[in-house]
Amino acid sequence: MECSFGITGKDYILIAADTSAGRSIVRMKSDENKIKALGPHLAMAYGGEPGDTNNFAEYIERNLRLYHIRNHFPLLPPSASAWIRRTLAESIRSRKPYAVNLLLGGYDTTTDLPHLYWIDYLGTKAIVPYAAHGMGVYVSLSTMDKWWYEGMDKREGVEVLKKCVDEVEKRLTVALKFNCIMIDKNGIHQIDLSEQDPIAKVESQPQETAVEAPNPPIEVGVQA
Amino acid sequence: MSRSYDRALTVFSPDGHLFQVEYALEAVRRGTCAVGVRGSSCVVLGVEKKSTLQLQDPRTVRKVAMLDDHVCVAFAGLTADGRILIDKARIECQSHRLTVEDPVSIEYITKHVAGIQQRYTQSGGVRPFGISTLIVGFDPNDTIPRLYQTEPSGIYSAWKACAIGRASKTVREFLEKNYTDALARDDAIKLTVKSLLEVVQTGAKNIEISVMERYGVITNLEQSEIEKIVAEIDAEKEADAERKRQRLAATQAGQASMAMGSQLASGTATPAAPGPREGHATAPGGESGVQ
Repeated sequence: MECSFGITGKDYILIAADTSAGRSIVRMKSDENKIKALGPHLAMAYGGEPGDTNNFAEYIERNLRLYHIRNHFPLLPPSASAWIRRTLAESIRSRKPYAVNLLLGGYDTTTDLPHLYWIDYLGTKAIVPYAAHGMGVYVSLSTMDKWWYEGMDKREGVEVLKKCVDEVEKRLTVALKFNCIMIDKNGIHQIDLSEQDPIAKVESQPQETAVEAPNPPIEVGVQA
Repeated sequence: MSRSYDRALTVFSPDGHLFQVEYALEAVRRGTCAVGVRGSSCVVLGVEKKSTLQLQDPRTVRKVAMLDDHVCVAFAGLTADGRILIDKARIECQSHRLTVEDPVSIEYITKHVAGIQQRYTQSGGVRPFGISTLIVGFDPNDTIPRLYQTEPSGIYSAWKACAIGRASKTVREFLEKNYTDALARDDAIKLTVKSLLEVVQTGAKNIEISVMERYGVITNLEQSEIEKIVAEIDAEKEADAERKRQRLAATQAGQASMAMGSQLASGTATPAAPGPREGHATAPGGESGVQ
């Protein structure tokens, strides 16, 4: 049972994904990270056939990084979404298709606009203000319909996301833990949904958190 | 006799030469100069930058390229060939990460680049790459700076300090004379600039410096910073020349007084000291010649 959410706001985008991994009714792992940073301002939450998901996500990650190194600028969210969709569309027409659904979220630093794309394994792409994949679709889309509105600030966005997570807790028979990130003009930030005001923590961090290389290299023990 | 071996296909001449490869090396020698210097905890790449035309966008002319977060390359020779080779190396860097989940080591990527260059000396219908490269960086989980060189023939080797391209021999000799182990960051940068000034007449505006300090941390020096270093070097040279001039004047005065007893020799009578840079560029290591 899988579940992921994406919510756009005025100048940010929130992405949350559950952290369970398993087969049929058995959970084998409850701390699986299903969100991948694809660039300084781009990330996706992915789900689907285990194995396919990681493979596909890594393939996407490396290709977008290659684009960044080749062109000195990362691929912007609209272009990245088109390329990812096309990759999936070609995959499903191949001999061994990837069964991966994903929510792609990014912040366009050239226009200062958040972007969210709902993409599934068939190569469907929808540009949406808020979205869900997996079981969450059945219980939380109505919640987002009710509470989401254009131009929400960060705290309001987190509130809506918390409402969705609560709904999942209330309606689904399995308990899920959620991993959440926020992307704004300063880059990708980790959000702890269990906190009262997770945005305060992000705001207290130094603003220069934008990373050139996502998924930073292994820390080497060097003194400055 | 060698005329018939002097064709597009790389085949041996009877005396064991591969002419096409040697011509490729000649193309390298005509390319702009690039210098790499390994410090104690950093590695510096310096390149001679052709001055861009008045209406050209200088940002589009690049001689130093990133291969990955922790690998940087500079090349000398045919720029168009460089672009192709760099692209192949970049793909390999990401491909390596995808397959083994680890970034490439510097030696690995050097070997890969040299391997591509070698392949182009032994396949039909192609010509060798007309470039030499300097590949620098840090291995993952390591603090030792690395510097490698590759050549059109496919040879690769590790260096403490190395120069390729135009007048690389002069610069390499300069480096051999002036390199010391465990250079600090500023000293390594200074040595790089100094060695480049051996061939770059126009000074700071035609020099580009990149410094990698540890895994993934690379900075390109601003024009003003390079100018400051060049000015510093000039001042040092000036002071050196002044000291020599005084010493020469003193000896001459001594000789004169010995010869004539009372006549005073003035400092202006000494031979003209070399200009700040022109003299140095034409006669490297001219200091020893004065005495």
